[in-house]
Amino acid sequence: MIPLSWYLIFAAALFCIGLFGVLSRRNAVAILMGVELMLNAVNVNLLAFWRYLTFEKMAGQVFAVIVFAVAASEVAVGLALVISVYRRRQSIVADDINLLKY
Amino acid sequence: MSPLQVIFILVSAITLGAALMVVTTRNMVRAALWLVLTLFGVAILFVLLEAGFFAVAQVIIYIGAIAILMIFAIMLTRRIAHDPGPQINATWPIAAVIALVVFGLIVFFVQGWGKAASQPAPFPAGFDPLRELGVALVSANQYLIPFEIASILLLAALIGAIVIAWDKK
Amino acid sequence: MADPVTFIGQWLESILVGWGLSSAWISVIMGALGVLVLGGGVLLVDIFLVWVERKVVARFQDRLGPNRLGPFGLFQPIADVIKLLLKENITPQGADKFVYNLAPILALATVIILWAVIPLSVTVVGSTINVGALYIVAVGAIGTLAIIMAGWASNNKYALLGAFRMVAQMISYEVPMVIAILIPVILAKSMSLADIVASQSVWYIVLAPIAAVVFLIGAQAELGRAPFDLSEAESEIVAGFHIEYTGMKFGLFYAGELLHALTFGGLFATFFLGGWRGWGAETYPILGIGYFFVKAMFMYWVIMWIKYSFPRVRIDQMLNFCWKFLTPLILTVLSITAILDKLMSGVPYWIYVLVMLFSNLVILYFVYQAVGRYARKERQKVADPEKVQVNFRVRSSTPSQAS
Repeated sequence: MIPLSWYLIFAAALFCIGLFGVLSRRNAVAILMGVELMLNAVNVNLLAFWRYLTFEKMAGQVFAVIVFAVAASEVAVGLALVISVYRRRQSIVADDINLLKY
Repeated sequence: MSPLQVIFILVSAITLGAALMVVTTRNMVRAALWLVLTLFGVAILFVLLEAGFFAVAQVIIYIGAIAILMIFAIMLTRRIAHDPGPQINATWPIAAVIALVVFGLIVFFVQGWGKAASQPAPFPAGFDPLRELGVALVSANQYLIPFEIASILLLAALIGAIVIAWDKK
Repeated sequence: MADPVTFIGQWLESILVGWGLSSAWISVIMGALGVLVLGGGVLLVDIFLVWVERKVVARFQDRLGPNRLGPFGLFQPIADVIKLLLKENITPQGADKFVYNLAPILALATVIILWAVIPLSVTVVGSTINVGALYIVAVGAIGTLAIIMAGWASNNKYALLGAFRMVAQMISYEVPMVIAILIPVILAKSMSLADIVASQSVWYIVLAPIAAVVFLIGAQAELGRAPFDLSEAESEIVAGFHIEYTGMKFGLFYAGELLHALTFGGLFATFFLGGWRGWGAETYPILGIGYFFVKAMFMYWVIMWIKYSFPRVRIDQMLNFCWKFLTPLILTVLSITAILDKLMSGVPYWIYVLVMLFSNLVILYFVYQAVGRYARKERQKVADPEKVQVNFRVRSSTPSQAS
């Protein structure tokens, strides 16, 4: 039916789109969206490997659960930081947040 | 072409298209809505992978909490003048090249791997992945400690987010 | 004709097999047909609900309600639908057209897809996924997204404010509601709604009354109905997030709200009132559908009763109530239920029922004491006469100052 390679290639494509988003966007929230895409690609990868290769062991699923928890907490703290920066500097363009440069 | 393959190709095409729109559109709220579509597509893929619990967890956590949080953050950080400016870095060609190179490398390694064409073995009778996951997460000799540490991490993130975003007026 | 639904389903399937389709495509076609039938049936019931709502609110308010069109006003919803279809569709200037049009569709769709997991009888259930209870929470999460889309796409400050308040209320009350759903899951040892109904030889409202009440309160807040209708407070922010919607788009929001209320009635019936269970429902599945709808309608009436009897609460009172009262309460009930369930693994069922009921009553007693103390403190703050501060300023004796 669906070979494992299809899932892996899909996850790789999603990861690379997220990578492009992180590297090329100016808005801090858009960068966080790219990170979310990458984390989702990782989850797809983990669950595909779990289902196809080792479905008796729960390591793949537990790993995916932990990734869910970490992604949620990272987005929460990241957006709190973004809002806090916006209050001080009135801008969330990543290029403008450069007070510690040189 | 079995129905499952048709569904997979359709869903993955829509998801990747939506992901591309997320990283290229200028309007931030539109990007957030495209992100919701991407996350939903990934949830459907989880259903295809027979990980139903993860599909609903994806919808609850990502779409129901994270996407809404992002929409709130976008709405709270807009400037009054609706001028987003250029939303993309001047160095975006390099980023595109890096992304394409990484994608090419991963595809190359996947194709060269022996088990890439494996098919999923059906679950043995009476095997309930949901029940096994539940048992694994609370068994002392399995994954209890990572589970508890993850909950402490969530607590720390909760307190941290409140403290950071506190309005010290 | 004990089970007409299964009978018709099997007859259709035999026709499809006769046409020579592969079994994969047959299951896809039967699934699509099932979706159409269930969705269509639910929407037809929705039209009837408009009549029910207007008659019931009229009786609560000591008047008659619509009684001119057709016997007892039964054709009133048809007149409402025709009116809504004929209205002019205005799109506000500066609104994001695609999102503006998508929001009411999403709002209604997320309610209809809830019916996919509710068991209507012992053989009729849309889909027996083993995470049914979690699916309900997930669909509720998408519903909040539809509201934000509606509020933002209207390009209207009041709509946005209304949407924010509504979403804050919905995601706050989702927490106690989800935990209240977990308690029948613990008692039934399965998240699948079909299993939860099948294991309710004693209705769970007897085993977990506090969870039932908390679920009802959470449902009332999720629906945005009084006393939690901050976002639709007509006297404050006009109509909240659906200010800018006219005609059939508003009709979709309105119908979605009523159907959502019936769906929560159905969910309460499934979790706590035994779903389709009743006398003879196992042997005659058609009776199961009847019992389920009677229970769902009764709970819908209770939800309306609460709506038309209570005044509105303020948003800070509402959020305090959720986070400082409901969440600790339901977490306590969850812990005690889980501990007792584990301790009583081998015990005969009637002792189990009585111990669970007793534990709930004990918690209720302590809650009553705590709430009484809190209420007494609040009353003292308001009732004691405050000492009035009078500042006598002693003026120097310059009579030319006009004082």
